[in-house]
Amino acid sequence: MANNKTVILRIKRQDTPEAKPRWEEFEIAHRPGMNVTSALMDVAANPVTRDGKATTPVTYDSNCLEEVCGSCAMIINGKARMACSALIDQLEQPISLEPFSKFPVIRDLSVDRSVLFENLKKVKAWVPIDGTYDLGDGPRQSVVDQEQLYPLSRCISCCCCMEACPQFNEKTGFVGAATISQVRLFNAHPTGKALKIERLQALMGDGGIQECGYAQNCVEVCPKDIPLTKSIADVGGQTMWQAVKDFFRT
Amino acid sequence: MPQVRPSIGLTWAQVNVQTTDVNLGHRVIGIFMAHPKIIVVGGGLAGLAATIKIAEMGGHVDLFSIVPVKRSHSVCAQGGINAAKNLKGEGDSCWQHFDDTIYGGDFLANQPPVQAMCDQAPGIIDLLDRMGVPFNRTPEGLLDFRRFGGTLYNRTAFAGATTGQQLLYALDEQVRRYEAEGKVTKYESWEFLSGVIDDHRTCHGICALDLRSMEVHTFPAEAVVMATGGNGAIFGKSTNSVVCTGSAQSALYQQGAFYANGEFIQVHPTCIPGEDKLRLMSESARGEGGRVWVPRQAGDKRNPRSIPDSERWYFLEEWYPKYGNLVPRDVATRAIFKVVYEHQLGIDGQPMVYLDLTHIDRKILDKKLEGILEIYEKFVGDDPRDTPMKIFPGMHYTMGGLWVDYDQRTNIEGLYACGECDYSIHGANRLGANSLMSCIYGGFVAGPNAVKYAHNVIKSGKHPAHHVFDSERKRQEEINHRLMHNDGTENPFLLWRELGELMTKNATVIRYNKNLQETDAKLVEMLERYRHVNLSDKSMWANTSFVFARQLFNMLQLARVIAQGAAMRDESRGAHYKPDFPERDDANWLKTTKAYFAADADEPRFEFEPVDTSLIKPRPRRYDAAT
Repeated sequence: MANNKTVILRIKRQDTPEAKPRWEEFEIAHRPGMNVTSALMDVAANPVTRDGKATTPVTYDSNCLEEVCGSCAMIINGKARMACSALIDQLEQPISLEPFSKFPVIRDLSVDRSVLFENLKKVKAWVPIDGTYDLGDGPRQSVVDQEQLYPLSRCISCCCCMEACPQFNEKTGFVGAATISQVRLFNAHPTGKALKIERLQALMGDGGIQECGYAQNCVEVCPKDIPLTKSIADVGGQTMWQAVKDFFRT
Repeated sequence: MPQVRPSIGLTWAQVNVQTTDVNLGHRVIGIFMAHPKIIVVGGGLAGLAATIKIAEMGGHVDLFSIVPVKRSHSVCAQGGINAAKNLKGEGDSCWQHFDDTIYGGDFLANQPPVQAMCDQAPGIIDLLDRMGVPFNRTPEGLLDFRRFGGTLYNRTAFAGATTGQQLLYALDEQVRRYEAEGKVTKYESWEFLSGVIDDHRTCHGICALDLRSMEVHTFPAEAVVMATGGNGAIFGKSTNSVVCTGSAQSALYQQGAFYANGEFIQVHPTCIPGEDKLRLMSESARGEGGRVWVPRQAGDKRNPRSIPDSERWYFLEEWYPKYGNLVPRDVATRAIFKVVYEHQLGIDGQPMVYLDLTHIDRKILDKKLEGILEIYEKFVGDDPRDTPMKIFPGMHYTMGGLWVDYDQRTNIEGLYACGECDYSIHGANRLGANSLMSCIYGGFVAGPNAVKYAHNVIKSGKHPAHHVFDSERKRQEEINHRLMHNDGTENPFLLWRELGELMTKNATVIRYNKNLQETDAKLVEMLERYRHVNLSDKSMWANTSFVFARQLFNMLQLARVIAQGAAMRDESRGAHYKPDFPERDDANWLKTTKAYFAADADEPRFEFEPVDTSLIKPRPRRYDAAT
């Protein structure tokens, strides 16, 4: 399909973590079925701005390109989402691309989201198995339980929920919805719940679950439709009970 | 409490502290504490499996990955993982799994490791279950299993249609636990450049590039485990992730490692063609009853759902009555090619056929296949519950890889390999849902063997000379310097597109010697053009095009191994199909291709080694009249 349609991208660029950001505009040929990542690949192949100035390919994170690795999160037309599943034909032009605003910029659209992985460490988001040697079957699980846990386990650590959350900022140090939802997942697992108390205690205090302001932005932007607000409510209840128990124990 | 990490600068400082000494200090500590240090490169299923075993055995792992390990390509695996748990009353057995795998691989795989994998598979599934993988369940609460290609048994455990993601997460969580205990140090955002290998062909560590600062560092270790996955990028668009370039394997091949069976490339029959990649539509769609068809009438423009059954051609079911839509991938792919190119019956004259799920209950589809249906919906815009999907074959997997023995050892002392980057399990064609198992199995073999080897190194008290590290680092820095300061006219991204088109056209489904020879000549020319690559970004900070250009060189070198290996093998076996040599030729070609790099001539050389068929006697592979 030969057409003269083009795509206009406005990209917020930043050469280093300390550099001042700037905007650059690109105009590339339109092809049916394009997504934002394929547009960025086209820019890389011919890095010339709309006004003819030679520039550098745009740095961005990407890997699977099918919305399951969680790499290519960015702000597209003002919304936190994955670039691979952002189809050009469904976006208003010019398409603006910005890095996440609440994470340190590495370069251009690439940011450091390792805070989430650190948080997962703090809440011990794992099942404490005895070892990898042969210990026979795992615990039985009902279909109903599996169907409840599986959606929680589909979190791709993209951090869209954290970017969109008004409470996730340096002032509150809020841990964010993704981590809380993982606490719900592991606390519900027959073996995982052995660490339930430690997980809940990690969510108490500054930056803990009580920082949530119920804005519900998280659930709105989650590309995997994870019931994040339900997770927060559920874990909020668990944490409260734990706090009461801790109070009487001391 | 959790905080936004104050500054990424802190990370480099920490990294530098650990890496500047190359490194007597660590080694001395290592001897006293007898905690061998082992480097694992790659954080997909195989790398994480190896890491867990090593940490469990008391070793310390330095885990290197281009992306945060949780974002590795294993997340893309969809349909499931095979193990003969025999929970469906079908009389399935590990031997049957073994036989299916060997038969599916057209008898090219050495049999003992395949048997070992199939025997260990049920135990590995139990372990994954204990780790919390949310496998689908039966009403009684047991693991559910479904069918996959190349078998008549329900042998595939699954977690919806995102099984790879779920398995990777389970292993990632266990590794995070070890990381919190100080037994694993992650180096994410690092690219493997080369092994630190001495004149006696012994590996003492690796040389890697910090993908942010672009600095080159060497890292010592008693042993190194490679788990760097596939090489889809050599074919341009594939189902693989961006990081699957085969660059690390190629670098090691250029340093003296054997690369085996490179010519065996799996083209998956059902992919969604896309602008940036080919997205996989899992075999599980057919395992759950999906049917492949085309309209019998060429150019039929009717809505597919309005075309009556009698006017549809279910060609796989017709040609392969016993296996139907679940023939192995190479067989299904060639059938689709035949229908599209010989019978000219592609949908609307385009190279596409229907994969139809619309006859299956929506609720069942949502429970068992949601993840992949969602991909189709998001990227194509149609709901596959209502409309048959349009699919076409695409490059998916490399059966070939670094040569390893039954202990996952390469021919370089101290260097191990596991997962897709090694060649060992799948022969001439991989069966669906065997890759996840082979990754974990390979990691579980490589890890402990690396620890054993490392203990021996510590006991021997031998240390590599400092200059081995220095000279490797200098060699890499010189390559970087040259690339940065080139002032030619070649654009690496355009060169890569050419490479992908060339390889897809001549070195995938149907192969002719003339085309393969032309392909190799073209690759030589492209390697020459590569010397004139001019980067549009010459900065020394998070420069992705620089890193890509480095990978491209290794892709070109490895492409020659694939093209030449294919040209040499005058037979048809599994995924390797030559119309001029349509039969399998056991008399001449029941052997493993081993490519090695002749540095002086700058080209691959080949030798061959017999296949161990001591357990199952080779027999003709016929899915149309299956025995």
